[in-house]
Amino acid sequence: MISAVMLLPAYRSRLWILIALAGLIALALLVLACRPAPPAPRGDLILATTTSVQDSGLLEALIPVFEADVNVNVKPVAVGTGAALRLAEEGNADALFVHAPDAERALVDGGHAYNRHFVAYNDFVIVGPQADPANIAGGTDAAMAFTAIATTEARFVSRGDDSGTHKREQAIWEEAGIVPGNSWYAESGQGMGATLIIADQKIAYVLTDRGTFLALSDDIDLVPLVEGDPALLNLYSVLQVSPAKLGVNALAAVAWIEFMLGAEAQTIIDGFRREEFGRPLFHAAAGLQETEVIERFTAQAADG
Amino acid sequence: MDLLWDGIKEAFNLWIRGDAEIIEITLRTLAVSSLATAVSLVLGVPIGAALALKRFPGRRPLVALVNTGMGMPPVVVGLFVAIMLWRSGPFGDLGLIYTPWAIVIAQFVIAVPLVIGISLAAIQAIDPKLLDQMIALGANRVQLLWLIVREARLGLLAALMAGFGAVISEVGASIMVGGNIAGETRVLTTATVLETSRGRFEVAIALGVMLLALAYFVNLVFTSAQQRRPA
Repeated sequence: MISAVMLLPAYRSRLWILIALAGLIALALLVLACRPAPPAPRGDLILATTTSVQDSGLLEALIPVFEADVNVNVKPVAVGTGAALRLAEEGNADALFVHAPDAERALVDGGHAYNRHFVAYNDFVIVGPQADPANIAGGTDAAMAFTAIATTEARFVSRGDDSGTHKREQAIWEEAGIVPGNSWYAESGQGMGATLIIADQKIAYVLTDRGTFLALSDDIDLVPLVEGDPALLNLYSVLQVSPAKLGVNALAAVAWIEFMLGAEAQTIIDGFRREEFGRPLFHAAAGLQETEVIERFTAQAADG
Repeated sequence: MDLLWDGIKEAFNLWIRGDAEIIEITLRTLAVSSLATAVSLVLGVPIGAALALKRFPGRRPLVALVNTGMGMPPVVVGLFVAIMLWRSGPFGDLGLIYTPWAIVIAQFVIAVPLVIGISLAAIQAIDPKLLDQMIALGANRVQLLWLIVREARLGLLAALMAGFGAVISEVGASIMVGGNIAGETRVLTTATVLETSRGRFEVAIALGVMLLALAYFVNLVFTSAQQRRPA
């Protein structure tokens, strides 16, 4: 009886709609079931990064390993952190490997980048002439050392280039409550290596990252004087540039971040040139919270 | 002084060993700078000839502009070319930033005012009576241009050498638009900057010596062509 009713023209058209609908759902399910694996990352990855990871050679140790795993061509552009962040803001890079936590947070808050993870840390060191005119050797308080340098008007060379190291130096001056800029204070406007050489020639104090200082230590007479202050912790992060920006290769950026957090990359970072210098240049930091890194850093500093 | 001596020794070591990376960087430098100079010559000499021989309103400000361009700082050129080629720039879609092509473009912009300016001066120095005579004898445009090139040969080769010398030695534009990427856009000057900041002064000196040797060799070839007695 019902089937006979359904065969009437008015019901038949409704039946057809039902059949068509069922067919569509079946098709959709089929498509979903057979959906290919997510597209593999490929193409170029513009990695905006800082001079310190390039000058130390760490990038050259990491990139070939990544490129062997993933069909992506990494184009590392080593610039000051200020420029790296700006490249990200304009969408002119795909991923970041930088060390300026405050600026990174601002970039994330501004919606320009996300997926931020710590990958490595090492430390900044206040180095200076052996004669140590400001008498800061052996101290563990960066702001106190800076105060001593300022009050004795001992010569100090700053990067002055808005890099991660320069930003840190400014933060320490601020903590010390000093606005530097008198005749004893010079800005080089150049990278860490060049600035160390200038400071060496001018017999001046300088804030440097550990890696660049170790790499240059054979060629300069400056010695490490103040280290171990948590304010001297140098924390490197990777970030992904927001895919909302035109032309950003988000798949490659995700692959890069996954790689940097993976065991292989973390082992490379931790062992990088360790034997050559008799001490680590970088420590692995994947999966750690900032407080955990500070704890480890302070413990390591106490161990000497 | 030990450092300089070590650097020069290192340069010879790298040559003798045939260090693959150094050879690759040297060849890339030669290719990029030659291409940029060649393009600037092809476009610059006719423009120089036109500015030298034609009289039109606005010629003088134009010549002054060319002469200003002859002293253009490479970093300024690099900045403008980078802004054009970045993804956020008008030509971003071409994907040229951080490729050797970006360096060729920037170096072309640096070299072309030099080529125009020097060829303009050289062509203007040709006796105008000679050109009038050729026109009277019924020379067509191509024949006329060929005569000009032959007559201004010394000056045009000087333009070529000035252009090549400017681009092979510049670092500011190459590092900005090329990014100094290993195996892709690293040239002798940018590699020298990197090795210096790494504190590997011997390698930096070796690269510098390599650059000087390359520039000398290329100029030797050009100079031989310039100073050859006309047949």
